[in-house]
Amino acid sequence: MIAFVIRRLLQGVVVMLVVGFIAFSLFNFVGDPVALMLPPEATQADRQAMRETLGLDRPFHVQFATFVGNAVQGNFGISLRLGRPVSALLVERLPATLELAFVAASLALLVGIPLGVYTGLKRNAWLSRVFLTVSLIGVSLPTFLIGIFLILIFAVWLGWLPSFGRGDTVMVGAWSTGFLTASGLKALILPSITLGLFQLTLIMRLVRSEMLEVLRTDYIKFARARGLTNRSIHFGHALRNTLVPVITITGLQLGAIIAFAIITETVFQWPGMGLLFIQAVQFADIPVMAAYLCLIGFIFVVINLVVDMLYYLVDPRLRIDRAVAGGH
Amino acid sequence: MSAAAPLLEVRHLRVEFATRRGTLVAIDDVSLDIAPGEVLGVVGESGAGKSITGTAIIGLLEPPGRIAGGEILLEGRRIDDLPPEQMRRIRGRRIGAIFQDPLTSLNPLYTVGRQIVETIQTHLPLGAAEARARAIELLKEVGIPAAERRIDHYPHQFSGGMRQRVVIALALCANPRLIIADEPTTALDVSIQAQIITLLKKLCREHGTAVMLVTHDMGVIAETADRVAVMYAGRIVEVGPVQEVIHHPQHPYTAGLMGSIPAIGQEVERLPQIEGSMPRLDAIPKGCAFNPRCPKAFDRCREERPDLMPAGSTRAACWLHAGKAGTADERR
Repeated sequence: MIAFVIRRLLQGVVVMLVVGFIAFSLFNFVGDPVALMLPPEATQADRQAMRETLGLDRPFHVQFATFVGNAVQGNFGISLRLGRPVSALLVERLPATLELAFVAASLALLVGIPLGVYTGLKRNAWLSRVFLTVSLIGVSLPTFLIGIFLILIFAVWLGWLPSFGRGDTVMVGAWSTGFLTASGLKALILPSITLGLFQLTLIMRLVRSEMLEVLRTDYIKFARARGLTNRSIHFGHALRNTLVPVITITGLQLGAIIAFAIITETVFQWPGMGLLFIQAVQFADIPVMAAYLCLIGFIFVVINLVVDMLYYLVDPRLRIDRAVAGGH
Repeated sequence: MSAAAPLLEVRHLRVEFATRRGTLVAIDDVSLDIAPGEVLGVVGESGAGKSITGTAIIGLLEPPGRIAGGEILLEGRRIDDLPPEQMRRIRGRRIGAIFQDPLTSLNPLYTVGRQIVETIQTHLPLGAAEARARAIELLKEVGIPAAERRIDHYPHQFSGGMRQRVVIALALCANPRLIIADEPTTALDVSIQAQIITLLKKLCREHGTAVMLVTHDMGVIAETADRVAVMYAGRIVEVGPVQEVIHHPQHPYTAGLMGSIPAIGQEVERLPQIEGSMPRLDAIPKGCAFNPRCPKAFDRCREERPDLMPAGSTRAACWLHAGKAGTADERR
């Protein structure tokens, strides 16, 4: 187990180095930063001085090493657009995105899994057919359209919920949370539904098809033949066997929720990292883009690590076999 | 008549599968009974309806299959029309089951101990510690070495033969009166098959458990069963004491089956075989289902369907034996 975790950690480091390299390359692709930072009337000497100050005259690999060294310490330089340290900007925006992603993911899991189990067990019930049909909408409609519809119905027509922003937030240490105020919670509803709906329907359909698959297996038939209760068969034996694929997809989708909150955050003007990123792209704010790339890469690496460790918890076949199979 | 009251009686059982192209009759008018402690072998080709008979008895037919007629009695009480919850209590407690493939019969995510304890506690009022002690006892009884340690192992840590032993322990753990063993050795190595069969036979004798042994392996039947029922195209064509059926088969189909088993020490160029193949369920011929393949068929066989009738020391569904000696009521 420990060897496995270490191996996975090393792989994660390699992935992060590649991501860092791509992020670092951004600087070289998008023109000469010196030209961007100095006024047009600057002299050649000024440029040279600036180049030396920024360390741009040093060889490529030294520059990359410096970049990685700084990045590990959370130092991604200064935003070209806002003139403030990128790390401070991200830390400011991180809570908004993480809270949104957390609510959206919880919604997807807490609604998606029970619906999947229900539609898997009651395959022919009319309610199951309704859920399946409705879920097609969630799978097929693009996120921004769902967001705009929700705004139209609940914010414009009914006027129940705010159409944009986070509402009032409270600072808990360095973390600004919207969980503690009524307007903050209300503001979370529409964006999290928008963000989580696709994952919800995906998880529901996945759990359903896995349940149908597992219910056909011999060990479920044998469990029935042993006279176990339906409850034990469905939830103890069947559901648990569906968890490995569900964990895989959920993990990847959680990363996707955080990474692709961009669209939802744009639609709802949600002051999170995605919005920061979109604005950075429009302004060619390379340090912010590079930092965002690294952060998302990091989140995916962490999630994958957690998913791999959850496999170990769920499926004993993956655990290291200390006892060798005995007998014949 | 057999002396003891039968443990299980199946009367005129009919199982149908509703399909898009009409109803298929998988089991047609099957009657059999099993005395307490008796081993009844049920043989036949694939698709003859052996497994479906077993599945119908434990009430686990999957839709679109359903019992369309007849009745099933356990210790004189009807069980085929019980509500699902009552039938569930009978499964595992009164009637155990063993399926073909031990590799897939156990849930891979739980230790064998947990699965045995769960089954025990479902049926018997035992605490966790008592149930675990009983589980270890059972594992020892089915011949699993170091049962105290092995009980906490997962199925994938056991070999195929060991897993089938665990499955037998699971089937026996609430001390059922009857075990339906559906091809219990087919998926195992030949060398292990004999061990498992011997074990099953020994345990059932010790516990006084009756067995309905479903298989296509005549060797297993010959070694294990007291009586044997031969099935063909959803019906029983011959039933009788195992030695009689093997050595003096009365139905031409049984005779064909026995003829196709090679005898040791006898050199044959080519094994005798029954010409043709078993009819599909949607194309069962009129009269006796076996008549197109039967070397002795005559006009009546193509018109009228024979029921089981006394034939020598067995009972066979064949017109060859019509009007011969023996009373119609004779069961054996």
